[in-house]
Parts: sequence; structure tokens; C-alpha cells
Amino acid sequence: MPPIIQVSNLSKSYIISHEGRESYTALRDVVSKKAKKIFSFATSSSHTSKEEFWALKDVSFEVEQGDRVGIIGRNGAGKSTLLKILSRITEPTSGSIRIKGRVASLLEVGTGFHPELTGRENIFLNGAILGMGRADIKKHFDAIVDFAEIEKFLDTPVKRYSSGMYMRLAFAVAAHLEPEILIVDEVLAVGDAQFQKKCLGKMEDVSKNEGRTVLFVSHNIGVMKHLCNKGVLLENGMVQFKGDIIPAASAYTDIFSRTDFINYKHIAGGQEIRINKLVINNPDNIEIFGELSISIYYGADESKGKQHDSFHFFLLFYNDSGEVVWSVFQKDTGSYSDNNSQSVHVTLENILAPGRYIVSAGIFDKSNQFIDWVEKVQVFEVLPVFKGGKGFDSRYGMVTSTGNWK
Amino acid sequence: MNNQVKDLSWSIVIESGRAEKNYWKDLWRYRELFYILSWRDIKVRYKQTVIGAAWSVIRPLLTTVIFTILFSRIAKLDNPGNAPYALMVFAGMLPWQFFSNALSESSGSLIGNSNLITKVYFPRLIIPASSVITSLVDLGISFVIMLMMFLWFGFTPSWHIIFLPVFVLLAFTCAFGIGLYLTAVNVKYRDFRYIIPFIVQFGLYVSPVGFNSSVVSDKWRMLYSLNPMVGVIDGFRWCLLGDPMHWRSFLVSVAITIVFLLFGIYYFRKMERSFADNI
Repeated sequence: MPPIIQVSNLSKSYIISHEGRESYTALRDVVSKKAKKIFSFATSSSHTSKEEFWALKDVSFEVEQGDRVGIIGRNGAGKSTLLKILSRITEPTSGSIRIKGRVASLLEVGTGFHPELTGRENIFLNGAILGMGRADIKKHFDAIVDFAEIEKFLDTPVKRYSSGMYMRLAFAVAAHLEPEILIVDEVLAVGDAQFQKKCLGKMEDVSKNEGRTVLFVSHNIGVMKHLCNKGVLLENGMVQFKGDIIPAASAYTDIFSRTDFINYKHIAGGQEIRINKLVINNPDNIEIFGELSISIYYGADESKGKQHDSFHFFLLFYNDSGEVVWSVFQKDTGSYSDNNSQSVHVTLENILAPGRYIVSAGIFDKSNQFIDWVEKVQVFEVLPVFKGGKGFDSRYGMVTSTGNWK
Repeated sequence: MNNQVKDLSWSIVIESGRAEKNYWKDLWRYRELFYILSWRDIKVRYKQTVIGAAWSVIRPLLTTVIFTILFSRIAKLDNPGNAPYALMVFAGMLPWQFFSNALSESSGSLIGNSNLITKVYFPRLIIPASSVITSLVDLGISFVIMLMMFLWFGFTPSWHIIFLPVFVLLAFTCAFGIGLYLTAVNVKYRDFRYIIPFIVQFGLYVSPVGFNSSVVSDKWRMLYSLNPMVGVIDGFRWCLLGDPMHWRSFLVSVAITIVFLLFGIYYFRKMERSFADNI
């Protein structure tokens, strides 16, 4: 069968400037830099180093009509960049993509929703943004409203919607797109469990029964295995594996078991013992009250002279707004680590509410002085389900635990 | 179904630096998005502020009163036409207000819609274009005020008024051309937006809003017309009040406007590729 999408030798590079952290340039800075150059005061501008970063490198694959392709990879592997190029939001640096047919991309639910406009108005606005014609939207209008279950609030501004209603409406519009090729980025992780099921069902309908080609990104390998028949595994911007979804998924899990040295940001201590790597062993199925398994790989740095024969680790969990919501200390259990081992493993009962979290880890010596502290080294996602499969009930609190009730 | 696909040729080709032959065709294809974004901007604007509409009337009216007192009573400047001075000021205020609104709206439009730019593809030209449309509504409201002023002063507008759309188009083109350039620069240099209110403020006094451009001596008239708004404002007065028109200087303004537009489009298209990466 001829391919419907042909990606050949696709590369995309970004220039990272190590000088400023701002995401944009200020004219003020440009002017003052130019002025400095003119007067060339002592220090030249040698501290601006620029680095080329390849988000994608030589990516090639083909998609056949009716394929449901899962694009898998860790954060920063290049998945989003690939989707952005496919949806023509940004241009590749080299290489090309050829596509047959209309493409609709869904990189976010509710793109362009305006809070001041009513549900009805937003359906038309969002539909137009996603590439639907007015006639198309009219044709599907009732189905969209029905699917979103918002009939009563159709003429209420969406700023008064609950977040669940908002998400339902947004997904409903997207679900009624009718392109030959659909590109979807992690949009199923919204709403309550019941609605997620409905979305999943719809996605399945669109891809399996209507024979449409779907490119799909998600961190949820379980969902991917269910929905997709093909997989493309990206790692460091390169294709590691392409083929059927099952081997692709297992190749993905293999990445996590490899232990190679990574550059972490060490923010405290003398690093006589260094944390070389922190791995979350079950990144794809962290549920509430479920298991959270973490391994820390470390090694002593003999050149530092100072020796520690016993020390203990700690973990900090940051939420998306950068607050520490949970800390775990090894010393609380009375156990210590030493240099006879190169790694320490901990299994926690996850008490974090669904969402994205970032882990930091550190080492204390016996007198509670820092030996090392690596900042924000891994990101993981807590799924909106309880251990056992019950859906999250949108309860309050950043953490939740069970307690001993009598 | 499969046979259908075989017949399709590659309908989309994505490559680096590919001069998109389809750009202008795409622009046409996405016209519905253009309508709906314009409609959104208008709707949101008048929904959010109850006094939104009132504000667009009060500001030009007050400025007109002040300018009339300042330039007519105190500076005692000439008015070659036969309309009252206040009418002459307001006839100039109409296009100026439109121009300055359109310029401010369009220059911030890309940044204001960054959520769209990073999530969906469409010809980006639609965004600044639809933001300029919003200002047309304000112009419409001001125009009604102008008609009421005609009644108040008992002044019959000139039959030239039928040509008014031509000059509105000229003002639109001028604001759009400059706006395109500014909004693209804004994506790259975020602090550039602080300069725009200054340009608008400055322009108000450089352009013949509070006075008639006939006070500029003939020797300097052509040079003065390098400000494209001179042609537009003169044109409005010619249409509405039947003031004499300096056609040679008008042509200079038109030429400059076209240059601005072409340059604006060129620069915008050049920068467009990197909007999603920079925003």
C-alpha cells in the first residue's frame, strides 16, 4: 500500500544561547550590547556562547493509510517537535515531509477558546481554528453539544463553566473533525474517568472503524497499546525503533533500565559522593496509592579526598507551580547507605494527587550536612486513577492518604 | 477508499525554507477563520467593557474640543474650507483615531494570539488583518457622531462623501502595512511595544489633525506628505467638507502607503517562519 505520510531525513535544530534565560530578546539588550561593542570596554562579549541543539535528527518513517501510529519517547525526545512540524506550526531545518490529504492537528484541547464567549460561540470559533468550515460545524453542531453534555449551558460564557465542562466541550469539537489524517497530542488526559473512557471510545471509533490515519502522542503506554497498531520510538531526536506497537512499547520501557551518566545540576554539598542518575522505574503507571519506584545511582569521587562511610538520601517532589509538596527522608526509616553499593532503591506508596511532578534528590552525611543535591532531575505523571482502577474524584488536596479509621 | 488515496498526489509538502506557492491560496482558503477571528475580536471588545463603545466616542470628541480651542482660538490658525473649525478637526480625527487604534491593535496582535500560533497552522497574516477590522467598528461609531455634528452645525456634507470608502481603504492599508512590520518586530523584541504609544502620540501632532495641512507652506508640502496620514486626512476633509485637495501631495502619500504595505508584507513573511519558535 502506498504511504499517506512520508517523512524523510527530517531534522530540526534550535540555537540555544547560554547567556540569557529569557525566552525572548529585548530590544533594550540588543541596543545596550551594540553600544558596549562600540565603546568596547575591557570585557568582551565572550560569555555569550551559543549552542546548536538538535531536537530532531534524520528522522525517517512512513505511515500507511489507516495506520494508527503511536509516537513514543521520553520528555524531550522530540515528540512535540515532530508533531509541530507535521502540523506546519514550525519549519524543519532540513529534510521533508510529504502528506496526502487534509490534516487536522489537536495539540491542545480548546485551542483559542475565549472565556468571554458562550459555549455556542466557542464551538464555531474553535471549529474554525481547527479547520472546519461553517457548514461542517452546523452539520455537527447537535452532535457536538450532545457529546459534551452541555445543552443547558450553551449560551453561558465558558468562563463560568466548570473545568470538566470546559474540557468536554473542547474535546467534543475536536472529536467531530473529519480530516483524512488526525494528529493528537496527549489530549486524553483530561476530564473525569468516565469522560476519559468516552473520549477513548471516540478515538477508537475514529481510528479503527472509520479507517482514518491517526498519529498519536501519549505517555500512557497502556492506552497506546490499545489504540495504535504501529509505533515510532524517539530518543534524543532520533528514531530508535519503528514497527508494530508492542515491540515499540517494550523498546521504550528498555530505555528506562539503561543507566548512563547524565549531567545533573548539583546545587549543594561538596559532591564527595555524586548522584549520577535517578530513575523512576514505573513512569507509565503511577496511580494514587499505587507504587512509585525510584532508583538512585551514585558513586564516590575519590579525588575530593573527604570520605563518608555512611550517609542517607532524601527526595523532594515539586508540583507544576514549583512548590515542594512531598518530601521523603531515608533516615526516618533508620536505614543508611554506604559505598559498598552503587545504588539505592526505594518503593513508595504514592500519595500525590494526579498531575505532573518533578523529583529532586540529595544526600546528607551523618551530621546532616549536604553531600550532594541534584535539582529537578525527573518528571513524572500521576494518573487520575486510584490503585485498582477507580477514577479520580477531583477531591481537594495536593496529597491524599488513607489513615487508620476506627 | 484505498483507491481514492492512490489517486491523490502529495497535497502537502513540508520542507525547510520552502517558498510556499500556496500561501496566498491558503489565505483564501482560511478566509472563514479570518471572518471568525474578526468577529471574536469585535464581540469580546464590546462585551468586556460596557463603556467600550462609549469610550471610542468620548476620546475623539474631547480631543476635538481641546484642539479646536487650542488651534483655532489660541493659535488662530487658518481654515481654508467653509466648515466650522470643530467640524474640520473632527473630520481629521476620524481617520487618525482609526489609524492609531488599528496600529495599536495590530502591533500587539501576534503576541496576544500566541496560544494559536503555537498550536495550529494557518497563514499568520490573518491575525493582524483581523485585528485591524475591529477598529473599523469604532470608525463606524465615530462616523455616526460626525453625522450628528453635521446636524448640530447645520452643515451639508459635500457630495464627495461617496468617495469616502476609498480613503478608509487607504487608511486601512497604511495601518495594516505598518502594523505588519511592528507586530513581527514585537515577536522578536518584546519591549518594542513600549515605543508604539509614543509613535501614536507623536503622530497626532505631526499629522494635520488639529489644523489644516494648508498651513504648511507649498515649499514643504511634498515633504510633509511623506507622512502617509496627511493624504488620508486631507482626503477625509475633501470628502466630508468639500475642502480643497492638494492632489500632488496626495499621490505622494499613496505611494508611501504602498511602499509601507509591501515592506510590511515582505518583512512579515520573512519572519513568519520563526514565529512559533520565538513567541
